[in-house]
Amino acid sequence: MDLVLHVWRQPHADAPGGLQRYEASGVSPDMSFLEMLDLVNEGLLERGEIPIAFDHDCREGICGSCGMMINGVAHGPLRGTAACQLYLRNFRDGETLVVEPWRARAFPVLRDLVVDRGAFDRIIAAGGFITAPTGHAPEANGTLIPKRDSDAAMDAAVCIGCGACVAACPNGSASLFTAAKVAHLGRLPQGQPERDRRVLAMVARMDLEHFGNCTWHGECQEACPKEISIDTIARMNRDFLRAQWRRASGD
Amino acid sequence: MAASGIVMILFLVFHVAANLLVYGGPSAINGLANVLDARTELLTVARLVLLVTIVLHVVAAIQLLAIDRAGRPIGYAKRKPQVATLAGLTMRWSGLLLGLFIVFHVLHLTTGTVQPMPFHAADVYGNVVGGFRIGWVAALYLVAVAALGLHVYHGWWASFRTLGLSRRSPAPRRRPFALLLALAFWLAFSSIPIAALVGILK
Amino acid sequence: MRLDARVPDGPIAGKWDRRRFEMHLVNPANKRKHTILVVGSGLAGASAAATMGELGYRVKCFCFQDSPRRAHSIAAQGGINAAKNYRNDGDSIQRLFYDTTKGGDFRSREANTYRLAQISVEIIDQCVAQGVPFAREYGGLLANRSFGGAQVSRTFYARGQTGQQLLLGAYQALERVVGLGQVEMRPRHELLDLILVDGQARGIVTRDLVTGRIVPHVGDAVVLATGGYGNVYYLSTNAKGSNATAIWRAYKRGAAFANPCFTQIHPTCIPVTGHHQSKLTLMSESLRNDGRVWVPRKEGDTRAPSEIPDQERDYFLERKYPSFGNLTPRDVASRAAKEVCDAGLGVGPGRRGVYLDFRDALQRLGHDVLRERYGNLFDMYTLITNENPYQGPMRIYPAVHYTMGGLWVDYDLMSTIPGLFVLGEANFSDHGANRLGASALMQGLADGYFILPNTVSDYLAGARLPAVAPDHDACREAIARVEARVARLVGVRGGRTVDSFHRELGHLMWEHCGMARSEHGLKQALAAIPELREQFWRGVNVPGSGAEINQSLEKAGRVADFLELAELMCLDALDRRESAGCHFREESQTPDGEARRDDAHFAYVAAWAYAGEGAPPVLHKEPLHFEAVHPSERSYK
Ligand SMILES: Cc1cc2nc3c(=O)[nH]c(=O)nc-3n(C[C@H](O)[C@H](O)[C@H](O)COP(=O)(O)OP(=O)(O)OC[C@H]3O[C@@H](n4cnc5c(N)ncnc54)[C@H](O)[C@@H]3O)c2cc1C
Ligand code: HEM
Ligand code: HEM
Ligand code: SF4
Ligand code: F3S
Ligand code: FES
Repeated sequence: MDLVLHVWRQPHADAPGGLQRYEASGVSPDMSFLEMLDLVNEGLLERGEIPIAFDHDCREGICGSCGMMINGVAHGPLRGTAACQLYLRNFRDGETLVVEPWRARAFPVLRDLVVDRGAFDRIIAAGGFITAPTGHAPEANGTLIPKRDSDAAMDAAVCIGCGACVAACPNGSASLFTAAKVAHLGRLPQGQPERDRRVLAMVARMDLEHFGNCTWHGECQEACPKEISIDTIARMNRDFLRAQWRRASGD
Repeated sequence: MAASGIVMILFLVFHVAANLLVYGGPSAINGLANVLDARTELLTVARLVLLVTIVLHVVAAIQLLAIDRAGRPIGYAKRKPQVATLAGLTMRWSGLLLGLFIVFHVLHLTTGTVQPMPFHAADVYGNVVGGFRIGWVAALYLVAVAALGLHVYHGWWASFRTLGLSRRSPAPRRRPFALLLALAFWLAFSSIPIAALVGILK
Repeated sequence: MRLDARVPDGPIAGKWDRRRFEMHLVNPANKRKHTILVVGSGLAGASAAATMGELGYRVKCFCFQDSPRRAHSIAAQGGINAAKNYRNDGDSIQRLFYDTTKGGDFRSREANTYRLAQISVEIIDQCVAQGVPFAREYGGLLANRSFGGAQVSRTFYARGQTGQQLLLGAYQALERVVGLGQVEMRPRHELLDLILVDGQARGIVTRDLVTGRIVPHVGDAVVLATGGYGNVYYLSTNAKGSNATAIWRAYKRGAAFANPCFTQIHPTCIPVTGHHQSKLTLMSESLRNDGRVWVPRKEGDTRAPSEIPDQERDYFLERKYPSFGNLTPRDVASRAAKEVCDAGLGVGPGRRGVYLDFRDALQRLGHDVLRERYGNLFDMYTLITNENPYQGPMRIYPAVHYTMGGLWVDYDLMSTIPGLFVLGEANFSDHGANRLGASALMQGLADGYFILPNTVSDYLAGARLPAVAPDHDACREAIARVEARVARLVGVRGGRTVDSFHRELGHLMWEHCGMARSEHGLKQALAAIPELREQFWRGVNVPGSGAEINQSLEKAGRVADFLELAELMCLDALDRRESAGCHFREESQTPDGEARRDDAHFAYVAAWAYAGEGAPPVLHKEPLHFEAVHPSERSYK
């Protein structure tokens, strides 16, 4: 099959960029989207041009490295997958695709489709953890955790930190990412002592990084390769308001 | 934002109920107006609360908009929203429209400043029905009320989530109650100008 | 070079205690005066950096991805072993130790493996305390499953994403100390050389992958936790960026490389579909619990699998290994699949595949049970192949998965270079010639959380470490070396892409140093590799410059190292004229085609030392003695 690509090219963070047209001809429907980009890159190299830069590593939807807007949809048209799990059989022969990097003030473009998602790490550093220095741990089965809670924690913990939620959100909000971590840790008994501190610090950091707000468009859940529910955002808001209340009331 | 929105919606629930009294004829609605007017302090307090609420809502809306716009300084060349609703995406526009409408509406029916018909503070019924006889006024109300429907359809559901008051659901974007409320507002508010226009209310 | 493993004396169960008691300690107030450079943020690196940050050391941690959370450990699916014996099914530290040692075909160091089994118990406690959401029973207790053919249920798991959850636990602990300022995290930095001062590891040279800046970082100890080198084969289940660069450069600066040829080939991966294939996807081993492996009896049978009646199917694992059947260990199952495909019985495009069939399980258990057990995996399979495993069998084929070989380390995880510690998959320590399922995660975390923080302190307390400035001669030389190399790569301006060289190397290695190795084949590879390397340096095309994001340059540097490492792997494979675990020498098999180990001649760790450009590497042997277990024949018949 043949595809026409319009790919965002930008040599470095401070340079202007633009869409460039490339043809991917004779590609196989069994190829992944990234393998198609590999092929386009091989072609560029043969013509002495600079290949398209894009982040990727595991190529099986778990590391969260890859990510791009494919025809206006984060990670492309297939639900519940990262760009690396998208196979060309999901496109029509002859289709034209626009490929752009994640766009958000907090995710500056470094080159072509590569963006800097360091803000996510800083949100985690602000509070996305349970303080348990090595060696302090009690016996693992000492605390019983209902399966329901542990499953719910896992539902949120599957976040791969890809940034598609931010990219898809009309406001560029990192709410889903942040809420997923708040929900994961807040669901578990181990996470209770730091629950208030955590949500206040993480939300504060999120705002500091210039992400937008959540006004409930729901695009993030749709784009999320792990289909994390926007219910986690509601939960984060509840935790946040309660934590603020407790702090204000000196409780 | 959410709290102010909910307060306004609660006001509108009362307001729409009161307005529906027009169908009971002049005595019903004018009676209510007289009852309310008699309790001046209460009315003043209510109006003040409402005013503050609206101001807070607008200020918060402007701040929010500023942050969200700054969140993505460079937009996408191509973008296909997957599930975002028209109502959600147009909150700022429906809000703007509502803001302008409220100003007009107060001048029209509370103070009578722009009442194109003779205005009688005591004859609410006459003011309303008389006003809506004029085509452009009725049209304006219909547009505003449609915007209200959209704003409430998204806003009601959203505010409960913003406040963290929603329950976990396998389909979190379903919002039957917000739909019902929005439709109720829209139909009830729209019915009055239409009824006046086609002559059911005289 | 003298290989001194420095294993403590005394009975095996008390060795680690004894070691810890004998260690020198660093006074808490002095800890912050020491800088430790941790390269790698996978399970091993992140857990080490976090723990040492907590202890009060100044730590700098590096990874090449854009975030430490993306290290390849994230991809591990199946689970992590621990001798908790929660199931009361006869497990114990001794049994886990025995299974791991036997699984490794008695080519690992006994004392290390025992310590691993001891620490396994603490790892689970630590991870649960951090909030890792392991699977649980309805009563709220931790769930276990049996994995990789183990006869006890000792594997802890978090759905099919155990590695992810464990890594996120370590990553969060790491970010916590980053937030506290104890650890400086440098993502998108690649180690390109090691700095030695007076024979001690005192620093590294990195290239900033965004700006291209090449800078030295100095410290008092260097920790490499840079993962495995399975990508020598181009196609593997490893992440695309996994590489040997860090350990290879350390090797060339004097660290011995142990058992380079021990490469695990995993039997259940999705087969190659075409030339465009960029990596292979693992289908969890757990599928073999309910799936049956078969090929048609008749060569060139083109019927749809469902139309082939049972009597015309060869369930070859069940036939050859009646007692273990479809659950035979990885190396054995992989070789059996290769054999039937070599005999022309393979299925699917290219005829390199065997069926993994759930028909019987579907009848026995029903669709719902199967969905609950394997739903995720089946969906993943469908996503990639567009075939539905509920309706017809899956096609699978072995793929390179893990490298047991790595830098040689002593009991304290220190390499032959003083001050250079090596953790996780990057070292050779615990898995011998074959790794059992769910034990790499265990090893990475044991190394990082529990072993290294102790042994580094001992080293720092005992070593003389004069201050080294970043403009020290040794630093300047290392930088010059790196700059010259980058310039050379960018300067070739040839006509062939890096990937094409990598593919060719991978093909060579897969053919000659893969599931079955022979003197003839290895010699062929040893002749071909230097030639390919030659072509690479004459003809590789790396566009752009070194002063920008340049993914071709990154790849080229890694492939250049693979081109050297591959040769060492073949040398090692040639030298080991026995079959052991994953390493199957065609010359050393029993009459019925099973691997034949040769304890009389090869019960040693082969540690290779670099001898300079062009000179053949020197083999040193660390003999392996077994006191707590008796090497037995590994039979799964
Ligand atoms: C698909 C798959 C499934 C697996 N499933 C299991 C399982 O179920 N159970 C199990 O026990 N094991 C499993 N394994 C094996 C296990 O995941 C790995 O062996 C283990 O995670 C390795 O961890 P590590 O910390 O040593 O290295 P890695 O996680 O590979 O981390 C390497 C780190 O080093 C950094 N790095 C590398 N080179 C450089 C350089 N030159 N400069 C700077 N930084 C560098 C990287 O950025 C990264 O942070 C699986 C492996 C694969 C491929
Ligand atoms: C006065 C003019 C008004 C303006 C300018 C305005 C503007 C906005 C804006 C910009 C939002 C942000 C939400 C988004 O972008 O999705 C919003 C939310 C909302 N508005 Fe209004 N609005 C106005 C009037 C009203 C009225 C009259 C009501 C009540 C009926 C109302 C109820 C709400 C509610 C409930 C929300 C949701 C808050 C949340 O999501 O937390 N608004 N409004
Ligand atoms: C057909 C629709 C409507 C009718 C007939 C109607 C009627 C009236 C009347 C008669 C008054 C004056 C009450 C008095 O002064 O005693 C009034 C006031 C008001 N209305 Fe409406 N209204 C309608 C729709 C709306 C809508 C859609 C909104 C908001 C979005 C709204 C908001 C208000 C406000 C804020 C006031 C001022 C309250 C006060 O003065 O106390 N109205 N309305
Ligand atoms: S919440 Fe989903 S979309 Fe957002 S970073 Fe996590 S996995 Fe990606
Ligand atoms: S798309 Fe954005 S507005 Fe909220 S629900 Fe998701 S963060
Ligand atoms: S490359 Fe890892 S998620 Fe896509």
